[in-house]
Amino acid sequence: MAKITLSKLRHSYLPHPANIQDYALKEIDLDWQDGGAYALLGPSGCGKSTLLNIISGLLKPSSGRILFDDRDVTDLPPDQRNIAQVFQFPVIYDTMTVRENFAFPLRNRGVDEDKIASRVVQIAALLEVEDMLDIRASNLSPDNKQKVSMGRGLVREDVNVVMFDEPLTVIDPHLKWKLRSKLKELHQRVGATMIYVTHDQTEALTFADQVVVMQEGEVVQIGTPVELFERPQHVFVGHFIGSPGMNILPVTLKDGEVLFENHVMALEGPVIGSGGQLQLGIRPEFISFAENGIPGQVYKVSDVGRHSIVEVVVGSSHIKAVGAGQMPAKGDWVNLAFRQDHTRLYRDGWIATEAQT
Amino acid sequence: MKTENQKAWFFVLPVLLLVAFNALVPIMTVVNYSVQETFGNNVFFWQGVDWFEQILRSERFQAALGRQFLFTASILIIEVPLGIIIALSMPRQGIWVSVCLVMMALPMLIPWNVVGAMWNIFTLPEIGLLGYLMNNVLGITYDMTQNPFAAWVTIIVMDVWHWTSLVVLLSYAGLVSIPDAYYQAAKIDAASPWKVFRYIQLPKMKTVLTIAILLRFMDSFNIYTEPFVLTGGGPGNSTTLLSIDLVKIALGQFDLGPAAAMSLIYFAITLLVSWLFYTLMTKDDRK
Amino acid sequence: MRKRSLIPIIYILFLMLPIYWLVAMSFKTTGEILSGFSLFPQTFTFDNYRVIFTDPTWYWGYYNSILYVSLNTVISVSVALPAAYAFSRYRFLGDKQLFFWLLTNRMAPAAVFALPFFQLYSSVGLFDTHLAVALAHCLFNIPLAVWILEGFMGGVPKELDETAYVDGYSFPRFFISIFLPTIKAGVGVAAFFCFMFSWVELLLAKTLTAVAAKPIAATMTKTASSAGYELGLLAAAGTLTIIPGAIVIYFVRNYIAKGFALGRV
Repeated sequence: MAKITLSKLRHSYLPHPANIQDYALKEIDLDWQDGGAYALLGPSGCGKSTLLNIISGLLKPSSGRILFDDRDVTDLPPDQRNIAQVFQFPVIYDTMTVRENFAFPLRNRGVDEDKIASRVVQIAALLEVEDMLDIRASNLSPDNKQKVSMGRGLVREDVNVVMFDEPLTVIDPHLKWKLRSKLKELHQRVGATMIYVTHDQTEALTFADQVVVMQEGEVVQIGTPVELFERPQHVFVGHFIGSPGMNILPVTLKDGEVLFENHVMALEGPVIGSGGQLQLGIRPEFISFAENGIPGQVYKVSDVGRHSIVEVVVGSSHIKAVGAGQMPAKGDWVNLAFRQDHTRLYRDGWIATEAQT
Repeated sequence: MKTENQKAWFFVLPVLLLVAFNALVPIMTVVNYSVQETFGNNVFFWQGVDWFEQILRSERFQAALGRQFLFTASILIIEVPLGIIIALSMPRQGIWVSVCLVMMALPMLIPWNVVGAMWNIFTLPEIGLLGYLMNNVLGITYDMTQNPFAAWVTIIVMDVWHWTSLVVLLSYAGLVSIPDAYYQAAKIDAASPWKVFRYIQLPKMKTVLTIAILLRFMDSFNIYTEPFVLTGGGPGNSTTLLSIDLVKIALGQFDLGPAAAMSLIYFAITLLVSWLFYTLMTKDDRK
Repeated sequence: MRKRSLIPIIYILFLMLPIYWLVAMSFKTTGEILSGFSLFPQTFTFDNYRVIFTDPTWYWGYYNSILYVSLNTVISVSVALPAAYAFSRYRFLGDKQLFFWLLTNRMAPAAVFALPFFQLYSSVGLFDTHLAVALAHCLFNIPLAVWILEGFMGGVPKELDETAYVDGYSFPRFFISIFLPTIKAGVGVAAFFCFMFSWVELLLAKTLTAVAAKPIAATMTKTASSAGYELGLLAAAGTLTIIPGAIVIYFVRNYIAKGFALGRV
């Protein structure tokens, strides 16, 4: 088992980085609890794969240290870190059978054959591939190949951390959910720390206990899926998570009051800090149509089955609201009511209101 | 997906005409000659399979065939592993890669007679660079015009010099197409360099290696110019490979019947062994 | 890493050695060559090159070779393009057999065709013409060009064709202005291989020519036997034949790594 500590991690792919833009990872200080299921969520290019490769040892960071259980592993090669990694596409040894694929990492480390045989059977049962053990790996379907990839990672008993780098990328959509639940089950059975890198929020939110949201080389927020949804610390988190994402509206501060299109807004709590660019954040789920509120005209209504997304134009902003049942029609004039405890102020992207507990 | 369209024959027609003109007409002529005898003046007598029997039984043909197989086997055994090793040792990226590849490709673009002439000048006993080195510096008697063994070694080394780059370039193209993730997974699996080669690189190079081996087999089996210019088939007939012998009989002696029969047998052997090679190397894909 | 790169370096040195020797010899006088061994020309001379550039029998040889090689490359690639398109996009009666038959021609020993070609091209009055050699080389180059182009075309999705038809393109216009640019790497590779094979081939080129279209290769072999070893001259002629090859590789250097796999990796 391993607790992972990342201390002052920075990485640049350039040999001589000149300024902060040259760094893929700007500065990461993070603790991963032992045995947790984590998701590393963020858009393409945010540095999540870089971070993953640094943890696994495939990449050496430009500066900073990595500790496994307080042991400095920054200079250790991947095969000595007790990690396993599953890649975007199935990485299997085509010429070997499934059984031989599973046995490979153990054989390379000199484990004796009896132990290997029993371990292989164990892993095969865990992944439900027992009836494929003697089939050539190259003849399997992509989702089974990916299972073999995972199995090869898990077959070593000393594996503390398993890392998944967007592992469902090449899987058929209708099989994705099956593998996703398998991964969740694996985590419960194996108990190792698992880090799941993805740009798909559904994958992240269903797999992880804790989600680490990254943007442009920095960690923006860590929290449970519920926390990320309920209280985004950063406009990026609010926007990225949720479908549709949080509404982000330009506001001004005047005489202690927050104004949106000349309406005074009631916030969740007192405002912290001063200066900077101010934005209001409220999720579509917390906007309703009322007798009194901010007036606007309905621009578009999208019916997505279980609910509808109504897009309302207020001034120069488009605000999205989500609701079920009877919805206003396009062109109607409506009044929008914002739930106060979910209306927040953001300063330069970061949350700037205190929650009222 | 391909659609069915018989009009596609129009697209193929020019190719068909050009290749058929060059292939079918001569082959028909050859078949014609192979079953007839002539004493000149365009008068022909039916011979049946006599020429074929004569050729297959002749010691001269059997000797030439044996030499040909020996030559082809020797160069394949050297060029394929050597080419793979060189490709493996080349960096996967960087500015030196194209420089190296360009220089490696150069021998393949030299006219074949110049290759033969070049090696001729290179190996002359007293005045050629290699000849001088061997005889005067290393003290090994080396004279390709006198010693059959020296002649054999020279034609083999010449072919290795000439064509190993083909194997290198093809293998290299196969190697650089392997995604990094495979090497990363191998690191995590604590695989040794040999295992990485055997279980990742070699399987992924299968297509290109098949092409390389087939091409080298075919071209070395049919080789004519380079050894002919270098040794003339000698000393004696110790390096008279199959094509050299055939040209001697056909264009030198104008023995139409035997030449034609030998041509057909030769072509048939090439096709058969190529087909065997191809089937063996792609059998795993059909399992 | 540093130690491993010794292997390509040694290999390249091995490749360059005979070439160096050829070039060095081309700058020596025949007298110096025959009198003994010298690593570097004692008396550096351009005489051999002078002969080649001033004597028509020599420089015409280069001209002839380049002419029939270019002719062959143009013919081979032009007819191979529609054929490769047909093989890659359509199924038709006998398509697999035809493709296979084409490939078998590439396997044919040139020696088998030496005499028949001599008779064939003489009988149609094409003996000793550039066209004869260009056409004869088609036997080997067309199958290769079709095979290479078909490999590259296979990588272009059919949707491209269909979109063009929907947009109202006629087939010729589609092929020339849309399809060809997409596979230009493949066309380059095919042209390269056609050029390469035609330039280096000697047996058929010599058999089908006498005076008017005699390639440089034939001139060189004639000199070797008749004038009795004018080694310096031969070396100079040989050195000059390396240059077109070097130029062509230089032009395709960016495609060498990938293109060599003929689109089939």
